[in-house]
Amino acid sequence: MTAFVLAVSGLRVLLLEAGRHYDPLRETPMFQLPREAPLRGAGTRHKPFGFYDATVDGGWEVPGEPYSVAEGSEFLWWRSRMLGGRTNHWGRISLRMGEYDFKPRTRDGLGFDWPLNYAELAPYYDKTEALIGVYGSNEGLENTPDSSPGVLQPPPKPRAYELLARKACRRMGIPVVPAHLAILTETQDADRLPRRLFPGNALAQRVTADSMRGRAACYWATPCGRGCSIRANFQSTTVLLPPALATGNLEVRSGAMVREVAVDAAGRATGVHYVDKETLLDEFAGARVVVLAASACESARILLNSSSSLFPDGLANSSGLVGKYVMDTVGAGVQAHVPALAGLPPHNEDGASGMHMYMPWWLYGEQLGGRLDFARGYHVEFGGGRRMPGFGAFSGVEPLTEGSYGRQFKDDCRRFYGSFLHFDGRGEMIPNEDCWCEIDPEKVDRYGIPVLKFHWKWSEHETRQAAHMHAALAAIVDEMGGRVLTPIQTDGAKAIAAGGQIIHEVGGARMGETPGDSVLNQYCQSWDVPNLFVTDGACFVSNADKNPTLSIMAIAWRAADYIVDQLATRSIG
Amino acid sequence: MSAGGRVIPGRGETVGRPAPSRPAASRDGRERPGRRKTLGRDLADRPVVSGSAGPSCQAAPESGMTRRTALKVLAASTALGGAGGVACANPEAEPSAHETLSGFEPLPPRNPLAAGTPTDPDLLAPSVPWEFVLTAEERRLASVLADVILPADDRSPAASAVGVVDYVDEFVSAPGHDEQLATVRGGLVWLNRTAQERFGAGFAAISEGQRREICDEICFEPATPPSVKAHARFFDLFRDLVSTGFWTTDEGMRDLGYVGNVPLPSFDGPPPEVLERLGLLGEDLE
Repeated sequence: MTAFVLAVSGLRVLLLEAGRHYDPLRETPMFQLPREAPLRGAGTRHKPFGFYDATVDGGWEVPGEPYSVAEGSEFLWWRSRMLGGRTNHWGRISLRMGEYDFKPRTRDGLGFDWPLNYAELAPYYDKTEALIGVYGSNEGLENTPDSSPGVLQPPPKPRAYELLARKACRRMGIPVVPAHLAILTETQDADRLPRRLFPGNALAQRVTADSMRGRAACYWATPCGRGCSIRANFQSTTVLLPPALATGNLEVRSGAMVREVAVDAAGRATGVHYVDKETLLDEFAGARVVVLAASACESARILLNSSSSLFPDGLANSSGLVGKYVMDTVGAGVQAHVPALAGLPPHNEDGASGMHMYMPWWLYGEQLGGRLDFARGYHVEFGGGRRMPGFGAFSGVEPLTEGSYGRQFKDDCRRFYGSFLHFDGRGEMIPNEDCWCEIDPEKVDRYGIPVLKFHWKWSEHETRQAAHMHAALAAIVDEMGGRVLTPIQTDGAKAIAAGGQIIHEVGGARMGETPGDSVLNQYCQSWDVPNLFVTDGACFVSNADKNPTLSIMAIAWRAADYIVDQLATRSIG
Repeated sequence: MSAGGRVIPGRGETVGRPAPSRPAASRDGRERPGRRKTLGRDLADRPVVSGSAGPSCQAAPESGMTRRTALKVLAASTALGGAGGVACANPEAEPSAHETLSGFEPLPPRNPLAAGTPTDPDLLAPSVPWEFVLTAEERRLASVLADVILPADDRSPAASAVGVVDYVDEFVSAPGHDEQLATVRGGLVWLNRTAQERFGAGFAAISEGQRREICDEICFEPATPPSVKAHARFFDLFRDLVSTGFWTTDEGMRDLGYVGNVPLPSFDGPPPEVLERLGLLGEDLE
C-alpha cells in the first residue's frame, strides 16, 4: 500500500521483495479440480493450505530460513516469500477497528491506547475500502463502524446455512450480518472513484481508473485463497502493484532479502543492505526514505539486526520496545453436523468462496459490566455446506455413521453432504510482556542473517475467551438443531490455537505518544530515525478481533500521505 | 487472514473444509491436536524424483498404474531431475476443467514462473512427482476392498472403476507416508490371512458376504476389542482414502450433487425449494 501511494504521488520507489516475482494473471489455478492435484489437493508441509493455495515458497516453514522458539513457548510463524506476500492467499475479511479498539486502556484499564482515534483513521478506511473493493453493509452496531455512503460494494445474498444460522442466532440475541470481504460483487466505478480518491492528482486518477477497468466482478466460483486471475478479489499483486507500476515511478526487485538498514554518522537512514538470492552477494540500495513493510516480525528482525555503534541495541530501539508486545488473534472453533441441512436439493453454494455473513461481538455491555471473566470480544466466522469435495471428504464421520461401509456408507455420504459446518471464534488478544521476539545469537539463515527467537504465553483473558467461544459456538449449533463433532473444551488452554497460528501477528514496533513508550509515532515514523518508517502490522498497539489487513492498509496509506508531505516540506530525506 | 482456519482438535482432516497442515512436530515432542488420524501427514523433505523414470520415456512400471498417472509421473520426473532428458510428449492428455468452460480465456497450459520445486510447484499443470510402490497383488486386493467400501449402485460406479486405487497407491507411496504405507500393507496381509483361516481362500476369492463378515469386526474403531484395534485403524484409514478418492472424481461429485465450480453471472442464493425445506420462506434474503 505504501509503495502504491508513494508512486501515484509522483515519488520514485524501489520495492525490494524477498521472494520471487509472482503474477496472479498468469499463474492462478482457476477451476482446477482436487482430483488433478497431488493427494487431491491436500495440505502438506510444502503447501500447508493445500496444493492450489496461492502461497509459494512459504508456510510454517521456509526452506533455509529457520526461526527459534524459546523453551516452554509455542509459536508458529507463517511467512510468504513471493511478490504480494500474504495478500495473495488471505481470507479477504476486512473489518474496521472501532472507537473502543483504539482506546482499550481508557475503556477497561488493560493494554495500551493508540496515539490516534477512530475518527482520524476513518477517512483512510473509506479510501482503502473504495480502492480495493470491499463488500458488506452498514448495520449501525456498537464498535462495528459503518462505512461512508457509497463506499461498500453490495454484499452477496446469504447461503442457506447462513440464513439458518441467522434465524437461530436471532432467538439468542446474537447478530448475524453481512460480512465484509475484499471481493468485488460488481465492477468498480472507474469514472467516479479515482476522482474522489485522488482529488487534484491526474496521474493517480489515470492509473487507478485504468486498473479498476481491468478488474472483473466475482463470477462466484473457484476459491479466493488460490488468488484471482480476473482480479475480482484484493491481492496487492492485482490491485496495488499494476497501477503503481503504470506510473513509471515504481521499480520492483524480487529475490532481494533485506538484512539491515544502513545509517550515516548523523543517524539517518541511507538505504538498505540486501542479499541478492541469485548471486548470494550483498547489495546496497540507497534512498532518501526507508520504509519497512516486511510483515510485523520480519520488520522487527531487520531493525534488531541493524545495530551499530550509534544504535547498539538495534535501530529505532531507544525505547527497548522493538520486538516487544507481539500479538496474534485468539482462535478456537468447532465442527458441527446440522441435520436440517442434510439431503437438500442440489444447488450451487460456492458464492464468493468466503463467508457472506458473520457474527460481530455482541456482549460489549456484559463485558464492561464485569459479567464476563475476560476483557475483550471476538467475532464468529463460519462456513461449510455444499463445498466442492476435496481431500478429507467424509473423514471423521464415524460418530454419525457408526462405521458404516458399503451401500450404507455411500448413502450416508450423500445424505450428510452439505450438512457440516465449522464455527470459529476470532478474538482480541491483550498485549503482554511474555509475547515477544529477539535475535537468536546462535542461528543464522542460509543468507547469513541472524534469525528470530519467539517467546509466547497467553494470559487468562485469552484462554477464558477461548473457553467462552467453545461454549457459545456449541450453543449456536444446539439452537440450529445440530451436533458438535469436535471436543468442547471448558479449559480454554485446550481450545486456543497456538500463538501465530491464526496468522494475525502484529506489534513488535508499536506506535505511541512519546519516544519513551513506543518505537513509532502515529504516522509509523521512527522516533529515533526520522526518515525510517514501518508500515506493516508491527505498528499495532492492540489487536482487536477485527482481522488486521484492512487496518494495516489504512494506517499505511495515512503514513504514506505523511511521507509525501514531509518530503515536500523537506522535513525528512 | 485465517484462510481455511485451523486443524481441529481431536480430528484429522475433517468434514467441513480442508484443514491446513501444520509443522511436523511440536517443540516439546507432545502430540499435536488433530493428529490422531495419520491422514494428511506432512510430506517429509525428501528427494522427489524416484529412480525409475529416467531420461527416456519408458513404459509404466509393473505396479499397474494407469497410463495417465504414469505419464504424469514421467513428465514430472523429467522436468525435475532428468537432466538431458528426452521430452515426453503426451498427446492423449485429458483436457483440464478450464479448457472445457466456455466464454472464458483458457489459462496457459503451464506456469512459466513456477520453479517446479515442492514449495513452488506448477499449479496449472499439476503432477505427482513420486513413484507408486504398491505391487500388482496389493493393488488387486486394495481394489476389492475399495469396492466393499464404496460399491457400484444405481447412482454411481464402484470405487475401483474411477481410479480410487491409483489414489490410494499415490497416497501411501508419498514421501513421508511410511507409516500409512505400512498400515495399509499390513492391513491387506491381515485381510488375506483372516480370509484364508476362516474361509480357506484369499480375501479376493471369498464371497461378498464373507468379506463383510470380516469387515464388520473392524469397521467401527470405538466399538472394537483391543485384539483388533490396529486392524480397525487400518480400516478407518483405508475408508478415508477411498472416500476422498471417490468423492473427488467427476462421478463422485455428480453423485453428491455438487454443482459449483462454474462461473455465474450472479449469485442468487438458495432456490425456493431449499428455503421451503428449511422453513426459511419469508426470511429477509438480503
